[in-house]
Amino acid sequence: MCLFSCCSMIDLRRIMCRGGLELLCDSEKIHKVNVDLPNGAESDDFTMKHLLSWVRTNLIKERPEMFMKGDTVRPGVLVLVNDCDWELSGQLDTRIEEKDVIVFISTLHGG
Amino acid sequence: MEAGEAKSKKAGGSRLCCICNQRRPVLKRPKTLQQICRECFYEVFEEEIHQVIVGNRLFKSGERVAIGASGGKDSTVLAYVLSELNRRHNYGLDLFLLSIDEGITGYRDDSLETVKRNEVQYGLPLQIVSYKDLYGWTMDEIVKMIGLKNNCTFCGVFRRQALDRGAALLKVDKLVTGHNADDIAETVLLNILRGDIARLSRCTSITTGEDGPIPRCKPFKYTYEKEIVMYAYFKKLDYFSTECIYSPNAYRGFAREFIKDLERLRPRAILDIIKSGEDFRIATTTKMPEQGTCERCGYISSQKWCKACVLLEGLNRGLPKMGIGRPRGSGNDQKDTKARSTAKSIESKQCGSLEF
Repeated sequence: MCLFSCCSMIDLRRIMCRGGLELLCDSEKIHKVNVDLPNGAESDDFTMKHLLSWVRTNLIKERPEMFMKGDTVRPGVLVLVNDCDWELSGQLDTRIEEKDVIVFISTLHGG
Repeated sequence: MEAGEAKSKKAGGSRLCCICNQRRPVLKRPKTLQQICRECFYEVFEEEIHQVIVGNRLFKSGERVAIGASGGKDSTVLAYVLSELNRRHNYGLDLFLLSIDEGITGYRDDSLETVKRNEVQYGLPLQIVSYKDLYGWTMDEIVKMIGLKNNCTFCGVFRRQALDRGAALLKVDKLVTGHNADDIAETVLLNILRGDIARLSRCTSITTGEDGPIPRCKPFKYTYEKEIVMYAYFKKLDYFSTECIYSPNAYRGFAREFIKDLERLRPRAILDIIKSGEDFRIATTTKMPEQGTCERCGYISSQKWCKACVLLEGLNRGLPKMGIGRPRGSGNDQKDTKARSTAKSIESKQCGSLEF
């Protein structure tokens, strides 16, 4: 049911920032976003890699090094796609689809 | 392609939980690389901790036990799991929450609110002990005096004693803390990096201080931080998660960064570092400090004065470097003898050279 094949953007249900990461996004824990696909890209090709780059540019307002290291999230930041560990779906290669819920949780603080 | 199939294709394809073979996996365990579902995760997580508790004989029935609770992820999950296991397996423990207020505005006051909520949520009585009451100084005041370096040295030393004092107030038999596998692996590395042999020999013990005022143990010693966070997330446990404002300057940060990078490449490394730490044996020719008591306050100490007293003395006399830093060269014995001299000669020493 690829309803979005004719669209050039992906409407995510929400992106959540937890574990202190919300401080990097103006203290907003929950973001409802529409992500514009990069030029010429098919919505089938949209992966976490693209999304991370988009998040870094559009949601992270300060200290991006706390969120990302190189192409991927900083070690210690957990990523859940629809409440599933992204390690199960190929990490950066995880395909992102319409209405997906992404959660980033930082573990890098006192316990 | 149906939406449901599409979603499950993404989440590890048509694979099912390694353990029950029925449900969709939600987590890849770093410890075993197994892909497991939520329900099986809860089970193995709780069961493994139960086995650690029983296998290491951490508790005896009827004991009063204080849980060092900061409102953070580890102590909140610890309070939750320990109360649950206490009930389920009849440990027969009387559990309490013990919280330390270091006086760090914007950090501790917020996390204390979380512990107060935990008190209600888990039905565990709470005791709060503050640095201000115990030492006459808040961390904010201390940092104003000493600057932004060595903050964790003061706080860590003071907190250790504060927990013991709080435990004595509650009249408990034992203290538990939420130190997890990642923390302990970091500590092993830190002690190697600093050549702190005495600490290296103790830091992987699951129970410490049995010969001191209050023994303390770490049921999460083999529990991965990632799993603690995932457990809290799935169970929707209430915890506070901001980095202490003074911690970015801590040396431990380097060890933590390294451990996290290592975990990414080879998750088992964390447990393996702990195993290495457990199996270290100290050369018989290495001189180790002997345990005695502090002349000023009676707390356990390997030196004439315990570290907390040395640091406090420095604070009260406006000598912020007192008790900080390492002695130059290998003349530890000589420094010991010098340090055993009177207060007058302590005063005449240069700041920073007093470390024993």
